[in-house]
Amino acid sequence: MSSGLTVADVERIAALAHLELTEEEKALFTRQLADILAYAQQVQAIDTSGVPATAHVHVDERSEREDELRPSLPLEDVLANAPDASAEAGLFRVPRVIG
Amino acid sequence: MLESSARAIRDEVAAGRVSAVDVCRTFLGRLDTVNGALNAFNLIAADRALARAAELDRRRAAGEAPGPLAGVPIAIKDNLCVRGMPTTASSRILERFVPPYDATVVRRLEKAGAIIVGKTNCDEFGMGSSNENSAFGPVRNPWATDRTPGGSSGGSAAAVAARCVPLALGSDTGGSIRQPAAFCGVVGLKPTYGRVSRYGLLAFASSLDQIGPIARTAADAALALTVLAGADSADATSSRRAVPDFTAALTGDVGGVRIGVPRTFLAAGVDEGVRGAFEAALDTMRNAGATLVDIGLPHAKYAIPVYYLVATAEASSNLARYDGVRYGHRSSHDKEQGLKAMYSRTRDEGFGAEVKRRIMLGTYVLSAGYYDAFYLKAQQVRTLLRNDYQKAFEKVDVVAMPTSPIPPFRLGEKTDDPLQMYLADVFTVSAPLAGLPAISTPCGFVERSERSERLPVGLQLTGRMFDESMLLRVADAFERTTDWHTQTPPPI
Repeated sequence: MSSGLTVADVERIAALAHLELTEEEKALFTRQLADILAYAQQVQAIDTSGVPATAHVHVDERSEREDELRPSLPLEDVLANAPDASAEAGLFRVPRVIG
Repeated sequence: MLESSARAIRDEVAAGRVSAVDVCRTFLGRLDTVNGALNAFNLIAADRALARAAELDRRRAAGEAPGPLAGVPIAIKDNLCVRGMPTTASSRILERFVPPYDATVVRRLEKAGAIIVGKTNCDEFGMGSSNENSAFGPVRNPWATDRTPGGSSGGSAAAVAARCVPLALGSDTGGSIRQPAAFCGVVGLKPTYGRVSRYGLLAFASSLDQIGPIARTAADAALALTVLAGADSADATSSRRAVPDFTAALTGDVGGVRIGVPRTFLAAGVDEGVRGAFEAALDTMRNAGATLVDIGLPHAKYAIPVYYLVATAEASSNLARYDGVRYGHRSSHDKEQGLKAMYSRTRDEGFGAEVKRRIMLGTYVLSAGYYDAFYLKAQQVRTLLRNDYQKAFEKVDVVAMPTSPIPPFRLGEKTDDPLQMYLADVFTVSAPLAGLPAISTPCGFVERSERSERLPVGLQLTGRMFDESMLLRVADAFERTTDWHTQTPPPI
Protein backbone atom coordinates (compact mmCIF):
# COMPACT_ATOMS: atom_id res chain seq x y z
CA MET A 1 0.00 0.00 0.00
CA SER A 2 1.40 3.40 -0.90
CA SER A 3 0.91 6.36 1.38
CA GLY A 4 1.46 8.70 -1.57
CA LEU A 5 3.92 10.86 0.35
CA THR A 6 5.59 13.46 -1.89
CA VAL A 7 8.65 15.68 -1.60
CA ALA A 8 6.23 18.61 -1.21
CA ASP A 9 4.69 16.86 1.81
CA VAL A 10 8.13 16.38 3.32
CA GLU A 11 8.94 20.06 2.76
CA ARG A 12 5.69 21.07 4.44
CA ILE A 13 6.35 18.83 7.48
CA ALA A 14 9.96 20.01 7.73
CA ALA A 15 8.74 23.61 7.84
CA LEU A 16 6.28 22.72 10.63
CA ALA A 17 9.09 20.98 12.54
CA HIS A 18 11.60 23.81 11.99
CA LEU A 19 14.04 21.56 10.14
CA GLU A 20 15.92 22.93 7.17
CA LEU A 21 16.61 19.74 5.23
CA THR A 22 19.11 19.31 2.42
CA GLU A 23 17.88 18.09 -0.98
CA GLU A 24 19.39 14.64 -0.26
CA GLU A 25 17.59 14.45 3.09
CA LYS A 26 14.31 15.40 1.44
CA ALA A 27 14.63 12.61 -1.13
CA LEU A 28 15.72 10.05 1.48
CA PHE A 29 12.99 10.94 3.97
CA THR A 30 10.30 10.94 1.29
CA ARG A 31 11.15 7.33 0.50
CA GLN A 32 11.72 6.15 4.07
CA LEU A 33 8.71 7.90 5.61
CA ALA A 34 6.50 6.55 2.81
CA ASP A 35 7.68 3.01 3.68
CA ILE A 36 7.04 3.53 7.39
CA LEU A 37 3.62 5.11 6.86
CA ALA A 38 2.59 2.35 4.45
CA TYR A 39 3.46 -0.15 7.17
CA ALA A 40 1.72 1.88 9.90
CA GLN A 41 -1.48 2.08 7.84
CA GLN A 42 -2.34 -1.44 9.02
CA VAL A 43 -3.76 0.07 12.22
CA GLN A 44 -6.47 1.72 10.15
CA ALA A 45 -8.06 -1.66 9.41
CA ILE A 46 -8.70 -2.37 13.10
CA ASP A 47 -12.22 -1.80 14.38
CA THR A 48 -11.89 0.74 17.17
CA SER A 49 -15.45 2.03 17.26
CA GLY A 50 -16.29 3.02 20.82
CA VAL A 51 -12.73 2.37 22.03
CA PRO A 52 -11.36 5.22 24.16
CA ALA A 53 -7.89 6.56 23.35
CA THR A 54 -5.01 5.92 25.73
CA ALA A 55 -2.99 9.12 26.00
CA HIS A 56 -1.16 8.01 29.12
CA VAL A 57 -0.96 5.05 31.49
CA HIS A 58 -0.81 7.00 34.72
CA VAL A 59 -3.07 4.97 37.04
CA ASP A 60 -2.74 6.80 40.34
CA GLU A 61 -5.14 9.52 41.35
CA ARG A 62 -4.00 13.03 40.52
CA SER A 63 -1.19 14.25 42.70
CA GLU A 64 -1.76 17.77 43.87
CA ARG A 65 0.28 20.00 46.12
CA GLU A 66 0.01 23.39 47.69
CA ASP A 67 0.95 26.24 45.38
CA GLU A 68 3.92 27.34 47.42
CA LEU A 69 6.79 29.57 46.40
CA ARG A 70 9.94 27.51 45.98
CA PRO A 71 13.43 28.50 44.87
CA SER A 72 14.25 27.94 41.19
CA LEU A 73 17.66 27.42 39.62
CA PRO A 74 20.10 30.33 39.93
CA LEU A 75 19.81 32.54 36.85
CA GLU A 76 23.56 32.58 36.22
CA ASP A 77 23.69 28.74 36.20
CA VAL A 78 20.93 28.60 33.62
CA LEU A 79 22.35 31.32 31.39
CA ALA A 80 25.77 29.63 31.50
CA ASN A 81 24.48 27.03 29.02
CA ALA A 82 23.16 29.50 26.46
CA PRO A 83 24.99 29.90 23.14
CA ASP A 84 24.45 33.65 23.44
CA ALA A 85 23.29 35.34 26.64
CA SER A 86 23.78 38.48 28.59
CA ALA A 87 24.53 37.53 32.18
CA GLU A 88 24.34 41.16 33.27
CA ALA A 89 20.89 41.72 31.81
CA GLY A 90 19.75 38.18 32.68
CA LEU A 91 18.60 37.51 29.10
CA PHE A 92 19.05 35.07 26.24
CA ARG A 93 20.06 36.81 23.01
CA VAL A 94 18.46 35.70 19.72
CA PRO A 95 18.60 36.93 16.14
CA ARG A 96 16.19 39.68 15.20
CA VAL A 97 12.55 38.52 15.24
CA ILE A 98 10.86 41.49 13.56
CA GLY A 99 12.33 43.80 10.97
CA MET B 1 36.61 -7.86 42.40
CA LEU B 2 35.42 -7.18 38.85
CA GLU B 3 33.18 -10.24 39.09
CA SER B 4 31.61 -9.12 42.38
CA SER B 5 27.96 -8.23 42.57
CA ALA B 6 26.90 -4.74 43.59
CA ARG B 7 25.58 -6.22 46.79
CA ALA B 8 28.86 -7.94 47.62
CA ILE B 9 30.80 -4.72 46.97
CA ARG B 10 28.38 -2.81 49.20
CA ASP B 11 28.82 -5.40 51.96
CA GLU B 12 32.63 -5.27 51.76
CA VAL B 13 32.74 -1.46 51.73
CA ALA B 14 30.16 -1.19 54.52
CA ALA B 15 32.15 -3.59 56.70
CA GLY B 16 35.37 -1.69 56.03
CA ARG B 17 37.07 -4.72 54.48
CA VAL B 18 37.75 -2.82 51.30
CA SER B 19 37.80 0.91 50.65
CA ALA B 20 35.49 2.60 48.19
CA VAL B 21 38.59 4.18 46.65
CA ASP B 22 40.13 0.76 45.92
CA VAL B 23 36.87 -0.46 44.39
CA CYS B 24 36.66 2.67 42.28
CA ARG B 25 40.30 2.39 41.11
CA THR B 26 39.82 -1.25 40.15
CA PHE B 27 36.77 -0.58 37.99
CA LEU B 28 38.23 2.60 36.48
CA GLY B 29 41.29 0.56 35.50
CA ARG B 30 39.12 -2.01 33.75
CA LEU B 31 37.12 0.72 32.08
CA ASP B 32 40.30 2.37 30.82
CA THR B 33 41.50 -0.94 29.36
CA VAL B 34 38.39 -1.84 27.39
CA ASN B 35 36.64 1.42 26.53
CA GLY B 36 38.85 2.09 23.52
CA ALA B 37 37.55 -1.12 21.95
CA LEU B 38 33.92 -0.73 23.06
CA ASN B 39 33.25 3.04 22.94
CA ALA B 40 30.76 2.50 25.76
CA PHE B 41 31.40 5.82 27.52
CA ASN B 42 30.85 9.37 26.33
CA LEU B 43 32.51 10.67 29.47
CA ILE B 44 34.68 9.12 32.17
CA ALA B 45 34.61 11.10 35.41
CA ALA B 46 37.57 9.47 37.17
CA ASP B 47 38.65 12.38 39.38
CA ARG B 48 35.14 13.13 40.58
CA ALA B 49 34.50 9.43 41.23
CA LEU B 50 37.71 8.98 43.25
CA ALA B 51 37.00 12.13 45.26
CA ARG B 52 33.48 10.92 46.06
CA ALA B 53 34.80 7.48 46.99
CA ALA B 54 37.39 9.03 49.32
CA GLU B 55 34.67 11.12 50.92
CA LEU B 56 32.56 8.00 51.44
CA ASP B 57 35.51 6.21 53.07
CA ARG B 58 36.07 9.19 55.41
CA ARG B 59 32.44 9.26 56.43
CA ARG B 60 32.34 5.53 57.03
CA ALA B 61 35.47 5.75 59.17
CA ALA B 62 33.80 8.56 61.14
CA GLY B 63 30.94 6.22 61.95
CA GLU B 64 28.32 7.29 59.41
CA ALA B 65 26.00 4.46 58.40
CA PRO B 66 26.81 3.32 54.85
CA GLY B 67 24.00 3.46 52.28
CA PRO B 68 22.53 0.47 50.44
CA LEU B 69 24.87 1.08 47.46
CA ALA B 70 27.92 2.23 49.44
CA GLY B 71 30.95 2.30 47.17
CA VAL B 72 29.24 0.66 44.20
CA PRO B 73 30.56 2.09 40.90
CA ILE B 74 27.74 2.96 38.54
CA ALA B 75 27.51 4.22 34.96
CA ILE B 76 24.77 6.66 33.97
CA LYS B 77 23.22 6.77 30.51
CA ASP B 78 24.10 10.07 28.91
CA ASN B 79 20.49 11.22 28.64
CA LEU B 80 20.30 11.66 32.42
CA CYS B 81 21.37 14.93 34.01
CA VAL B 82 24.23 14.96 36.48
CA ARG B 83 24.96 18.41 37.84
CA GLY B 84 28.22 19.77 36.50
CA MET B 85 28.82 16.79 34.19
CA PRO B 86 28.39 17.33 30.43
CA THR B 87 25.22 15.55 29.27
CA THR B 88 24.67 15.08 25.54
CA ALA B 89 22.11 12.29 24.91
CA SER B 90 24.73 11.42 22.25
CA SER B 91 23.53 14.40 20.21
CA ARG B 92 25.49 17.25 18.67
CA ILE B 93 22.62 19.55 19.54
CA LEU B 94 23.55 19.30 23.23
CA GLU B 95 27.24 19.98 22.77
CA ARG B 96 28.67 21.92 25.73
CA PHE B 97 25.47 21.42 27.78
CA VAL B 98 26.29 21.10 31.48
CA PRO B 99 23.19 20.42 33.58
CA PRO B 100 22.64 22.85 36.45
CA TYR B 101 20.75 20.15 38.37
CA ASP B 102 20.71 16.42 39.12
CA ALA B 103 18.14 13.95 37.87
CA THR B 104 16.17 12.57 40.81
CA VAL B 105 17.61 9.08 40.18
CA VAL B 106 21.13 10.51 40.32
CA ARG B 107 20.40 12.23 43.61
CA ARG B 108 18.94 9.01 45.03
CA LEU B 109 21.88 6.87 43.86
CA GLU B 110 24.49 9.21 45.29
CA LYS B 111 22.60 9.50 48.55
CA ALA B 112 22.68 5.67 48.71
CA GLY B 113 26.46 5.74 48.32
CA ALA B 114 26.82 4.80 44.64
CA ILE B 115 29.86 6.26 42.85
CA ILE B 116 29.21 7.60 39.35
CA VAL B 117 32.15 6.73 37.09
CA GLY B 118 30.85 8.19 33.84
CA LYS B 119 28.17 8.76 31.24
CA THR B 120 27.41 6.02 28.76
CA ASN B 121 26.99 6.21 25.01
CA CYS B 122 23.49 5.62 23.63
CA ASP B 123 21.37 6.18 20.56
CA GLU B 124 20.71 9.90 20.16
CA PHE B 125 17.92 10.87 22.60
CA GLY B 126 17.22 7.15 23.06
CA MET B 127 16.08 6.75 19.46
CA GLY B 128 17.45 3.50 18.14
CA SER B 129 17.89 -0.22 18.67
CA SER B 130 21.57 -0.60 17.80
CA ASN B 131 23.45 2.36 19.34
CA GLU B 132 24.47 3.32 15.81
CA ASN B 133 22.51 6.59 16.02
CA SER B 134 25.09 8.25 18.26
CA ALA B 135 27.00 11.40 17.38
CA PHE B 136 29.99 9.72 19.06
CA GLY B 137 29.96 6.50 17.06
CA PRO B 138 28.48 3.09 17.83
CA VAL B 139 29.14 1.05 20.94
CA ARG B 140 30.52 -2.42 20.22
CA ASN B 141 29.14 -5.62 21.71
CA PRO B 142 31.65 -7.16 24.16
CA TRP B 143 30.64 -10.64 22.94
CA ALA B 144 31.42 -9.85 19.29
CA THR B 145 32.87 -6.42 18.63
CA ASP B 146 31.67 -6.25 15.02
CA ARG B 147 28.08 -6.51 16.31
CA THR B 148 25.67 -4.10 17.95
CA PRO B 149 25.24 -4.08 21.74
CA GLY B 150 21.61 -3.15 21.12
CA GLY B 151 20.07 0.18 21.92
CA SER B 152 19.37 2.64 22.95
CA SER B 153 21.14 2.00 26.29
CA GLY B 154 23.94 0.15 24.47
CA GLY B 155 26.77 1.77 26.39
CA SER B 156 25.24 0.93 29.77
CA ALA B 157 24.66 -2.73 28.82
CA ALA B 158 28.13 -3.13 27.24
CA ALA B 159 29.76 -1.51 30.30
CA VAL B 160 28.07 -3.97 32.66
CA ALA B 161 28.80 -6.97 30.41
CA ALA B 162 32.48 -5.98 30.09
CA ARG B 163 32.81 -5.65 33.89
CA CYS B 164 33.49 -1.89 33.74
CA VAL B 165 30.76 -1.43 36.37
CA PRO B 166 28.53 -3.82 38.29
CA LEU B 167 25.54 -1.54 37.76
CA ALA B 168 24.32 1.03 35.24
CA LEU B 169 21.26 3.12 34.56
CA GLY B 170 19.43 2.96 31.29
CA SER B 171 16.16 4.39 30.05
CA ASP B 172 13.52 2.44 28.16
CA THR B 173 10.88 3.85 25.82
CA GLY B 174 10.31 0.88 23.49
CA GLY B 175 12.87 -1.62 24.76
CA SER B 176 15.99 0.48 25.30
CA ILE B 177 16.94 -1.19 28.60
CA ARG B 178 15.79 -4.73 27.87
CA GLN B 179 17.03 -5.28 24.31
CA PRO B 180 20.63 -4.13 24.94
CA ALA B 181 20.62 -6.15 28.18
CA ALA B 182 19.60 -9.20 26.13
CA PHE B 183 22.19 -8.52 23.41
CA CYS B 184 24.99 -8.11 25.98
CA GLY B 185 24.04 -11.07 28.21
CA VAL B 186 23.06 -9.01 31.27
CA VAL B 187 19.90 -8.18 33.21
CA GLY B 188 17.78 -5.11 32.41
CA LEU B 189 14.62 -3.97 34.18
CA LYS B 190 12.09 -1.47 32.89
CA PRO B 191 9.93 -0.56 35.86
CA THR B 192 6.20 0.19 35.76
CA TYR B 193 5.37 3.62 34.31
CA GLY B 194 5.49 5.98 37.29
CA ARG B 195 7.56 3.73 39.55
CA VAL B 196 10.71 5.82 39.04
CA SER B 197 10.81 9.61 38.70
CA ARG B 198 11.70 10.87 35.23
CA TYR B 199 12.88 14.26 36.49
CA GLY B 200 16.22 14.99 34.82
CA LEU B 201 15.76 12.45 32.02
CA LEU B 202 15.98 14.17 28.63
CA ALA B 203 12.48 13.38 27.40
CA PHE B 204 11.85 11.28 24.28
CA ALA B 205 8.22 10.09 24.66
CA SER B 206 6.80 11.15 27.99
CA SER B 207 3.96 8.60 28.20
CA LEU B 208 6.46 5.74 27.68
CA ASP B 209 9.87 6.73 29.09
CA GLN B 210 11.06 4.97 32.24
CA ILE B 211 14.47 4.79 33.90
CA GLY B 212 15.73 1.45 35.18
CA PRO B 213 18.77 -0.57 36.19
CA ILE B 214 21.07 -2.78 34.14
CA ALA B 215 22.97 -5.30 36.25
CA ARG B 216 24.42 -8.81 36.07
CA THR B 217 21.77 -10.36 38.29
CA ALA B 218 18.13 -9.85 39.14
CA ALA B 219 19.21 -9.51 42.78
CA ASP B 220 21.34 -6.46 41.97
CA ALA B 221 18.51 -5.02 39.85
CA ALA B 222 16.22 -5.46 42.88
CA LEU B 223 18.73 -3.68 45.11
CA ALA B 224 18.99 -0.79 42.64
CA LEU B 225 15.24 -0.48 42.07
CA THR B 226 14.65 -0.22 45.82
CA VAL B 227 16.88 2.86 45.78
CA LEU B 228 15.52 4.36 42.54
CA ALA B 229 11.78 3.97 43.09
CA GLY B 230 9.39 6.31 44.83
CA ALA B 231 7.33 9.47 44.60
CA ASP B 232 8.97 12.71 43.54
CA SER B 233 7.33 16.13 43.72
CA ALA B 234 9.33 17.12 40.62
CA ASP B 235 7.55 14.47 38.47
CA ALA B 236 3.76 14.55 38.70
CA THR B 237 3.58 11.14 36.98
CA SER B 238 5.70 9.45 39.64
CA SER B 239 3.63 7.09 41.73
CA ARG B 240 2.98 7.64 45.41
CA ARG B 241 2.50 3.93 46.01
CA ALA B 242 4.59 2.39 48.75
CA VAL B 243 7.91 1.02 47.53
CA PRO B 244 8.67 -2.46 48.88
CA ASP B 245 12.16 -3.79 49.54
CA PHE B 246 12.38 -5.60 46.22
CA THR B 247 15.20 -7.84 47.46
CA ALA B 248 12.73 -9.35 49.94
CA ALA B 249 10.80 -10.84 47.00
CA LEU B 250 13.71 -13.06 45.97
CA THR B 251 12.57 -16.37 47.44
CA GLY B 252 14.21 -18.56 44.81
CA ASP B 253 10.88 -20.31 44.38
CA VAL B 254 8.64 -20.27 41.32
CA GLY B 255 6.33 -23.02 42.57
CA GLY B 256 2.78 -22.22 41.50
CA VAL B 257 3.75 -19.20 39.41
CA ARG B 258 1.68 -19.08 36.22
CA ILE B 259 3.70 -18.07 33.19
CA GLY B 260 1.75 -17.00 30.11
CA VAL B 261 3.20 -17.76 26.69
CA PRO B 262 1.58 -15.99 23.69
CA ARG B 263 2.14 -18.90 21.29
CA THR B 264 0.30 -17.43 18.31
CA PHE B 265 2.19 -14.15 18.54
CA LEU B 266 5.52 -16.01 18.75
CA ALA B 267 4.74 -18.40 15.90
CA ALA B 268 6.70 -16.64 13.16
CA GLY B 269 9.74 -14.45 12.70
CA VAL B 270 11.85 -15.77 15.57
CA ASP B 271 15.43 -16.88 14.90
CA GLU B 272 15.77 -20.63 15.47
CA GLY B 273 18.62 -20.25 17.94
CA VAL B 274 16.65 -17.67 19.92
CA ARG B 275 13.61 -19.93 19.88
CA GLY B 276 15.64 -22.89 21.14
CA ALA B 277 17.03 -20.90 24.07
CA PHE B 278 13.58 -19.53 24.88
CA GLU B 279 11.91 -22.97 24.85
CA ALA B 280 14.68 -24.39 27.05
CA ALA B 281 14.11 -21.51 29.49
CA LEU B 282 10.40 -22.33 29.64
CA ASP B 283 11.27 -25.97 30.36
CA THR B 284 13.60 -24.88 33.15
CA MET B 285 10.86 -22.85 34.80
CA ARG B 286 8.30 -25.62 34.39
CA ASN B 287 10.73 -28.09 35.97
CA ALA B 288 11.13 -25.65 38.87
CA GLY B 289 7.39 -25.78 39.54
CA ALA B 290 5.95 -22.99 37.39
CA THR B 291 2.88 -23.59 35.24
CA LEU B 292 2.94 -22.64 31.55
CA VAL B 293 -0.29 -21.25 30.16
CA ASP B 294 -0.99 -20.51 26.50
CA ILE B 295 -2.39 -16.99 26.22
CA GLY B 296 -3.62 -14.77 23.42
CA LEU B 297 -2.45 -11.20 22.93
CA PRO B 298 -4.43 -10.53 19.74
CA HIS B 299 -3.30 -6.90 19.37
CA ALA B 300 0.38 -7.44 20.16
CA LYS B 301 1.08 -7.75 16.43
CA TYR B 302 0.06 -4.10 16.04
CA ALA B 303 2.37 -2.89 18.80
CA ILE B 304 5.14 -1.80 16.39
CA PRO B 305 3.03 0.57 14.29
CA VAL B 306 1.24 1.84 17.41
CA TYR B 307 4.55 2.44 19.15
CA TYR B 308 6.16 4.27 16.23
CA LEU B 309 3.09 6.49 15.80
CA VAL B 310 2.72 7.35 19.49
CA ALA B 311 6.41 7.67 20.35
CA THR B 312 7.31 9.84 17.36
CA ALA B 313 4.32 12.13 17.95
CA GLU B 314 5.45 12.70 21.52
CA ALA B 315 9.07 13.08 20.42
CA SER B 316 8.23 15.74 17.85
CA SER B 317 6.73 17.80 20.66
CA ASN B 318 9.42 17.07 23.28
CA LEU B 319 12.31 17.84 20.94
CA ALA B 320 10.87 21.22 19.95
CA ARG B 321 12.81 22.64 22.90
CA TYR B 322 16.14 22.19 21.08
CA ASP B 323 16.17 25.48 19.24
CA GLY B 324 19.62 26.96 19.87
CA VAL B 325 18.36 29.55 22.34
CA ARG B 326 18.79 28.28 25.88
CA TYR B 327 21.41 25.52 25.63
CA GLY B 328 23.46 23.44 23.25
CA HIS B 329 24.37 23.99 19.65
CA ARG B 330 23.41 27.12 17.70
CA SER B 331 24.06 27.41 13.99
CA SER B 332 26.63 30.04 13.13
CA HIS B 333 24.48 31.24 10.26
CA ASP B 334 24.04 34.84 9.16
CA LYS B 335 22.14 36.58 11.97
CA GLU B 336 20.45 38.89 9.48
CA GLN B 337 18.32 35.99 8.27
CA GLY B 338 16.39 36.07 11.50
CA LEU B 339 15.16 33.79 14.23
CA LYS B 340 13.29 31.15 12.23
CA ALA B 341 16.26 30.49 9.98
CA MET B 342 18.43 30.11 13.08
CA TYR B 343 16.00 27.53 14.53
CA SER B 344 15.82 25.46 11.35
CA ARG B 345 19.55 25.44 10.63
CA THR B 346 20.45 24.73 14.25
CA ARG B 347 18.13 21.73 14.25
CA ASP B 348 19.34 20.46 10.88
CA GLU B 349 22.97 20.70 12.01
CA GLY B 350 22.39 19.40 15.53
CA PHE B 351 20.13 16.37 15.04
CA GLY B 352 21.19 13.09 13.45
CA ALA B 353 19.24 11.36 10.68
CA GLU B 354 17.13 9.06 12.86
CA VAL B 355 16.07 11.86 15.19
CA LYS B 356 15.06 13.98 12.19
CA ARG B 357 13.15 11.04 10.72
CA ARG B 358 11.20 10.58 13.95
CA ILE B 359 10.49 14.28 14.39
CA MET B 360 9.23 14.33 10.79
CA LEU B 361 7.05 11.25 11.28
CA GLY B 362 5.66 12.58 14.56
CA THR B 363 4.94 15.99 13.09
CA TYR B 364 3.18 14.32 10.17
CA VAL B 365 0.92 12.11 12.27
CA LEU B 366 -0.07 15.06 14.45
CA SER B 367 -0.74 17.39 11.51
CA ALA B 368 -4.16 18.41 10.25
CA GLY B 369 -5.79 15.67 8.20
CA TYR B 370 -3.69 12.80 9.57
CA TYR B 371 -4.27 13.10 13.33
CA ASP B 372 -7.41 10.92 13.42
CA ALA B 373 -6.17 8.35 10.91
CA PHE B 374 -2.81 7.79 12.58
CA TYR B 375 -2.33 9.30 16.04
CA LEU B 376 -5.81 8.90 17.48
CA LYS B 377 -6.15 5.45 15.90
CA ALA B 378 -2.85 4.38 17.44
CA GLN B 379 -4.01 5.57 20.85
CA GLN B 380 -7.18 3.51 20.51
CA VAL B 381 -5.25 0.38 19.54
CA ARG B 382 -3.02 1.13 22.54
CA THR B 383 -6.15 0.72 24.67
CA LEU B 384 -6.92 -2.64 23.01
CA LEU B 385 -3.37 -3.80 23.70
CA ARG B 386 -3.67 -2.79 27.36
CA ASN B 387 -6.93 -4.72 27.54
CA ASP B 388 -5.20 -7.81 26.09
CA TYR B 389 -2.66 -7.75 28.90
CA GLN B 390 -5.30 -7.07 31.52
CA LYS B 391 -7.19 -10.13 30.33
CA ALA B 392 -4.04 -12.25 30.29
CA PHE B 393 -3.18 -11.23 33.86
CA GLU B 394 -6.51 -12.64 35.03
CA LYS B 395 -5.03 -16.09 34.52
CA VAL B 396 -1.25 -15.67 34.61
CA ASP B 397 1.30 -13.87 36.81
CA VAL B 398 3.89 -13.05 34.16
CA VAL B 399 4.07 -13.16 30.37
CA ALA B 400 7.20 -14.71 28.81
CA MET B 401 8.69 -13.92 25.41
CA PRO B 402 12.14 -13.71 23.92
CA THR B 403 13.40 -10.14 24.46
CA SER B 404 14.46 -9.88 20.82
CA PRO B 405 13.43 -12.11 17.90
CA ILE B 406 17.02 -12.07 16.63
CA PRO B 407 20.50 -12.23 18.15
CA PRO B 408 22.76 -9.15 18.04
CA PHE B 409 23.20 -8.17 14.38
CA ARG B 410 26.26 -6.76 12.67
CA LEU B 411 26.98 -3.05 12.84
CA GLY B 412 25.75 -1.49 9.60
CA GLU B 413 23.44 -4.40 8.79
CA LYS B 414 20.17 -2.47 9.22
CA THR B 415 21.21 1.17 9.04
CA ASP B 416 19.91 1.72 5.49
CA ASP B 417 16.42 0.47 6.27
CA PRO B 418 14.79 2.12 9.30
CA LEU B 419 11.63 0.01 9.01
CA GLN B 420 13.63 -3.25 9.28
CA MET B 421 15.34 -1.83 12.37
CA TYR B 422 11.94 -0.97 13.91
CA LEU B 423 10.59 -4.48 13.31
CA ALA B 424 13.27 -5.94 15.58
CA ASP B 425 11.52 -4.21 18.52
CA VAL B 426 8.46 -6.46 18.12
CA PHE B 427 8.62 -8.05 21.60
CA THR B 428 9.70 -5.03 23.66
CA VAL B 429 7.36 -2.22 22.58
CA SER B 430 4.13 -3.52 24.07
CA ALA B 431 5.14 -3.35 27.78
CA PRO B 432 5.75 0.43 27.74
CA LEU B 433 2.60 1.00 25.67
CA ALA B 434 0.64 -0.78 28.40
CA GLY B 435 2.69 0.84 31.20
CA LEU B 436 3.80 -2.58 32.46
CA PRO B 437 7.10 -3.57 34.08
CA ALA B 438 9.33 -5.98 32.17
CA ILE B 439 12.71 -7.59 32.74
CA SER B 440 15.24 -9.29 30.49
CA THR B 441 17.55 -11.94 31.90
CA PRO B 442 20.13 -14.09 30.06
CA CYS B 443 18.74 -17.44 28.88
CA GLY B 444 21.34 -18.84 26.51
CA PHE B 445 23.42 -18.23 23.43
CA VAL B 446 23.07 -18.53 19.71
CA GLU B 447 26.19 -20.34 18.58
CA ARG B 448 27.72 -19.21 15.31
CA SER B 449 30.26 -22.00 15.03
CA GLU B 450 31.75 -20.85 11.72
CA ARG B 451 33.16 -17.82 13.55
CA SER B 452 33.16 -19.40 17.02
CA GLU B 453 30.78 -16.65 18.12
CA ARG B 454 28.44 -16.96 21.07
CA LEU B 455 25.67 -14.38 20.90
CA PRO B 456 23.57 -13.81 24.04
CA VAL B 457 19.81 -14.40 24.13
CA GLY B 458 17.47 -12.73 26.60
CA LEU B 459 14.29 -14.02 28.24
CA GLN B 460 11.74 -11.26 28.76
CA LEU B 461 9.14 -11.40 31.51
CA THR B 462 6.34 -8.83 31.65
CA GLY B 463 4.26 -8.35 34.79
CA ARG B 464 1.26 -6.57 36.24
CA MET B 465 1.52 -2.88 36.97
CA PHE B 466 3.67 -2.27 40.05
CA ASP B 467 4.44 -5.98 40.39
CA GLU B 468 8.20 -5.75 39.76
CA SER B 469 8.53 -8.06 42.77
CA MET B 470 7.07 -10.96 40.76
CA LEU B 471 9.38 -10.30 37.80
CA LEU B 472 12.44 -10.11 40.02
CA ARG B 473 11.40 -13.23 41.92
CA VAL B 474 11.00 -15.30 38.73
CA ALA B 475 14.15 -13.93 37.08
CA ASP B 476 16.18 -14.52 40.25
CA ALA B 477 14.84 -18.07 40.62
CA PHE B 478 15.72 -18.72 36.96
CA GLU B 479 19.24 -17.41 37.55
CA ARG B 480 19.67 -19.71 40.55
CA THR B 481 19.12 -22.78 38.37
CA THR B 482 21.05 -21.58 35.30
CA ASP B 483 24.51 -20.13 34.72
CA TRP B 484 23.94 -17.99 31.62
CA HIS B 485 24.25 -14.76 33.60
CA THR B 486 27.61 -15.78 35.06
CA GLN B 487 29.38 -16.20 31.72
CA THR B 488 31.94 -13.66 30.66
CA PRO B 489 32.56 -12.24 27.19
CA PRO B 490 35.82 -13.23 25.46
CA PRO B 491 38.90 -11.11 26.29
CA ILE B 492 38.69 -7.71 24.64
